[in-house]
Amino acid sequence: MKLYCLSNDPNKPCHILTFREITMMLDCGLSMQSVLNFLPLPFVPSQKLQNLPTWMPIDVTDPELDGELKENGERVFVDSPPEFCPPLDKLIDFAQVDVILISNYLCMMALPFITEGTGFQGRVYATEPTLQIGRLLLEELVIYIEQCPKASFASQWKNFLHKLPYPLSDSFKPKSWKQIFNMQSVNSSLSRIQMVGYNEKIDVYGALQVVPASSGYCLGSANWVITSDHEKIVYLSGSSTLTTHPRPMDHNSIKNADVLIMTDLTQTPISNPDSMLGVLCVVVGMTLRGGGNVLIPCYPTGVVYDLFECLSVKMQELGVSNCPMFFVSPVADMSLAYSNILAEWLSSAKQNKVYVPDELFPHAMLVKNSKLKHFKHIYSDGFSTDFQEPCVVFCGHPCLRYGDIVHFIELWGNNPRNCIVFTEPDFDYIDALAPYQPLQMKVAHCAIDTSLNFTQANKLIRDLKPATLVVPECYTQPPVSAPHLTEYTIEAGGDRTLIPYKWGEVINLPLKRKQGQVFIETAVAQKIVPVEIKSGVSLSTITGTLQVKDNVYNIQDSNDKLKKYVKYEWGTLNVNEFIQKLSHEGINDAKVETHGSVVVVHLQDEDALIQLEDNSTHVVCSGDEKVRTKLRNAVMQCLKKF
Amino acid sequence: MPDIKITPLGAGQDVGRSCILLSMGGKNIMLDCGMHMGYNDERRFPDFSYICPDGPLSPYIDAVIISHFHLDHCGALPYMSEMVGYTGPIYMTHPTKAIAPILLEDMRKVSVEKKGEQNFFTSQMIKDCMKKVVAVTLHQSVMVDNEIEIKAYYAGHVLGAAMFWVRVGSQSIVYTGDYNMTPDRHLGAAWIDKCRPDLLISESTYATTIRDSKRCRERDFLKKIHECVDIGGKVLIPVFALGRAQELCILLETYWDRMNLKAPVYFALGLTEKANNYYKMFITWTNQKIRKTFVQRNMFDFKHIKPFDRQYIDNPGPMVVFATPGMLHAGLSLQIFKKWAPSENNMIIMPGFCVQGTVGHKILNGAKRVEFENRQVVEVKMSVEYMSFSAHADAKGIMQLIQYCEPRNVMLVHGEAEKMEFLKEKIQQEFNLKCYNPANGETAVIQTPVKIPIDVALPLLKAEAKKFSALPPDPKRRRTLHGVLVMKEGGVCMMEVEEACKEAGIERHIVRFTSTVQINDAGPCLSTAHKLHAYVAEKLPQWSVHFSEGEISVESVLVKVEGDDDDQKSVYVSWTNQDEDLGSFVLNALNAVGK
Ligand SMILES: [Zn+2]
Repeated sequence: MKLYCLSNDPNKPCHILTFREITMMLDCGLSMQSVLNFLPLPFVPSQKLQNLPTWMPIDVTDPELDGELKENGERVFVDSPPEFCPPLDKLIDFAQVDVILISNYLCMMALPFITEGTGFQGRVYATEPTLQIGRLLLEELVIYIEQCPKASFASQWKNFLHKLPYPLSDSFKPKSWKQIFNMQSVNSSLSRIQMVGYNEKIDVYGALQVVPASSGYCLGSANWVITSDHEKIVYLSGSSTLTTHPRPMDHNSIKNADVLIMTDLTQTPISNPDSMLGVLCVVVGMTLRGGGNVLIPCYPTGVVYDLFECLSVKMQELGVSNCPMFFVSPVADMSLAYSNILAEWLSSAKQNKVYVPDELFPHAMLVKNSKLKHFKHIYSDGFSTDFQEPCVVFCGHPCLRYGDIVHFIELWGNNPRNCIVFTEPDFDYIDALAPYQPLQMKVAHCAIDTSLNFTQANKLIRDLKPATLVVPECYTQPPVSAPHLTEYTIEAGGDRTLIPYKWGEVINLPLKRKQGQVFIETAVAQKIVPVEIKSGVSLSTITGTLQVKDNVYNIQDSNDKLKKYVKYEWGTLNVNEFIQKLSHEGINDAKVETHGSVVVVHLQDEDALIQLEDNSTHVVCSGDEKVRTKLRNAVMQCLKKF
Repeated sequence: MPDIKITPLGAGQDVGRSCILLSMGGKNIMLDCGMHMGYNDERRFPDFSYICPDGPLSPYIDAVIISHFHLDHCGALPYMSEMVGYTGPIYMTHPTKAIAPILLEDMRKVSVEKKGEQNFFTSQMIKDCMKKVVAVTLHQSVMVDNEIEIKAYYAGHVLGAAMFWVRVGSQSIVYTGDYNMTPDRHLGAAWIDKCRPDLLISESTYATTIRDSKRCRERDFLKKIHECVDIGGKVLIPVFALGRAQELCILLETYWDRMNLKAPVYFALGLTEKANNYYKMFITWTNQKIRKTFVQRNMFDFKHIKPFDRQYIDNPGPMVVFATPGMLHAGLSLQIFKKWAPSENNMIIMPGFCVQGTVGHKILNGAKRVEFENRQVVEVKMSVEYMSFSAHADAKGIMQLIQYCEPRNVMLVHGEAEKMEFLKEKIQQEFNLKCYNPANGETAVIQTPVKIPIDVALPLLKAEAKKFSALPPDPKRRRTLHGVLVMKEGGVCMMEVEEACKEAGIERHIVRFTSTVQINDAGPCLSTAHKLHAYVAEKLPQWSVHFSEGEISVESVLVKVEGDDDDQKSVYVSWTNQDEDLGSFVLNALNAVGK
């Protein structure tokens, strides 16, 4: 069994697992850190961004590089449509991938890169919410980028990487970066997904079974349990033990694995989501009361549902409930509607509401009461009439490089009463804001990451008791920002093997199959005659016709007459007993000779001799079957068999 | 041979009161727990005394599975669990769990408050019963205990209807409940994978019907309504609150819109809004089209269809009214019927099946006068139309399902005896499958082959595979697996004999036989050997007989020729005791040559 690591971002994982001749891709996350190196995409040309000075390395005069790079406050940005770093395609040909398993909607954004135009022929499995919400995220991303087309594409800068300032100089494999796919690729890619339910057993070519188990992280998020007859591999990605809106994590299904692959742990190991939510509420309350607006960069789904719920209550308490909340995303309406029909994927508290029937999330009520207003874009019908300040705006994209948020920063950036609050943990907020600096608006950082932190992960590992634990190498070392905090690592412990891996590596996992499984039919089973060899140990021969179909082995009754009831003899043969048995058969002329450990019995009349050793007997005679049958009977009576 | 035992307590050669006892692998499972709408006495509920003459059922039943919310499938559930006594788990889908208690409560009210029935279950009992329900999701594998596994498949029919696959050990069955194989205006078609159950228990309500196309029926339905309201008539459509009602509403709504009709359409259910809310929340259970468009437009927000008020019954002029219940056995639909039946301008359209004993059943059979309990007599002058809109599989659909899931046996339930016979024959002919249709209280025993899973050491499988692939490909060649089962406390494993002996801590004792046959054949030994090789190979066509360095071998049997170039040759045949049959066969064959 081998594991290939194709993504350098443990929170946007992409692996290949090969086992029993099946090539399986575990997640296909798309790292978006690359986009931070690009200038934002405004709908209408921005004076500020257009007037940024061009940057050139000191000793370079290449005219082709001229204009590709712009400078803003010590930082250099690429003036081009943003590019993305897709999973590594050098280690494996995607056409060979049999199955893709997707854990959650945040770990599938590279799917079109994998399945389209690569010769990919396999199957893709994901839960219904993962598919539906994943589609919303992909649509949103494509719309955001396509609505702001750029005239030129910059590419020369990639040839001068060593001459560029940090962090551009540290770009990870920029030559492999790609432009975003189009909607057609998205649709075609998503049409390959087969929807599955939690605990649904999916057969993979008869060789393996895969089962998604609830992971508690977001709507429809799953950990994958991969089993053969005797082996159990668990792929754990994006999990949470906190109580929010999704169905809680299913611990039982993922216990006692031979191999546990664990990735996608928290991106904010030091802060706690609950206290961050508290800070957020305070910041929102203070800003609104001060007459300022709150801008919350977000994805159109996920924690944002909890924020609507929590903030609406808090705003009531703080007496600012007359300030509206705006949710602006091309998929806002879809996201709100979908969340209210996915009852079977929610926590039981939320699930029980369908029996009333009541709306699952309070945001349905907030929309009805006009406390929460949603729009596809800021230029959508009705937005300008409904828009009212001060207010709270939820808007994407969290990287601040595209989406309507670009406009809101331009609109509110110069007023110190306004505040931008970062809640999504995917992007560093200083990097995200860099092209907009200097800004007057306040900046608050309350990243809410509900996925497992290191304490929770270590506790979980102790409970799950995997024989081998496989984690990204970075989880075995303290965070770069806090090297003294050794508790923020995955512990090696007990008798479990800990195997770290990193980008571009192929590692062997210690799983040697020793046993398989066969199915025996009644007729075959009936012929099993257990012989007790010693207390608690019985043996029986078993023979049948083998049928192999789809990797499933069946033993059927064989109608072969010449090889049916094979038995085996064991133990040693007692010479005296043998002579006695011979005389029972009417043979009385036995002459016994001993040569060391070999005893030879001569039978003159029968023209035969029997050579006896500790573990073998050789009967030599003429072609007369009557004689031989008698001798055979005598030998068999003296031996034990099974 | 192990078997599966099936005893219908209801729905055996009968429609209504579905309740089927399944017994396999030492486990007992109740499939559906319905009531009969046609009776007001004890025949209304299944005869649970069959399971146990007295006292609670919990010791005898391991699980109850409910296929969908129709009362003929779940109506007896509170009676069974709270009054007879059952504390075990009850499985159903989420929509069924949401909707069933409402219909039960509705039915309870009609029975107790309107008909004054005694000894009926109470509202609290419905609540207590629902607490025992475990809701399941489609395709999720649910372990009831260590041995019983169940899985739900989409059945169409009504919101949340499911077919259930049940496995105990190596035995499995599929119980369909009610299903339909063609998508309609709001639900998708039933679907199942090739799960190859030992037994498929299928409903057969429309066993002999092959219904004309859906479109034709819809056009017919709309034409009849249109004609009736054109002459100022009133149209009554008795329906159940959830299910067909929603489909017909969608149909009428679009027609009214298109034809710009003005006659009022009423939907006379207290439940309307609640019912449609359920459809909204469980939109994932409806068909593709509704799911795709639900964000833009909720199919269940009707523009033309207004809530009904009892006072409207006597309003002059045309109208169309949907009223519950569907079989015209009680409630508002019956009340309206009594008022409207005497006018020949009016029309009643029965869009579904009516069980025996109901008013619906009587008028469908042409009754022109209907007598009621209080000696009230109603003349039926209105036109009576039957339009099969019930979403049940027809004969074609049932055959299709058999093709999908490839069962080893089929059982028909929930249908009329004669019609079943017809379909039964068809199934036996077309699929060559055994088909059963036990009556209520009758037990059908189905023999099943067993497949016992055992562990096997990989070297054994690999050695076989190596041997097999070394031979030239021959599709007729059988592969043989031979080994030794080692049975220890830790489990059972099949392995090579040497390994097994090591495991058991014993030494094998090899017994070998060598016999000599004299053969007259002049010439070198090698030529004799060649001749014998051809001869032995011909005698053993199924075996691979090898020849190498003058020796013939098949399995452990060795044949060697010795002697000078003169006539006489000694032929040695040698084999181990394990190949006794083969060895003595070869020896006898050579003896025949020698003579
Ligand atoms: Zn039904």
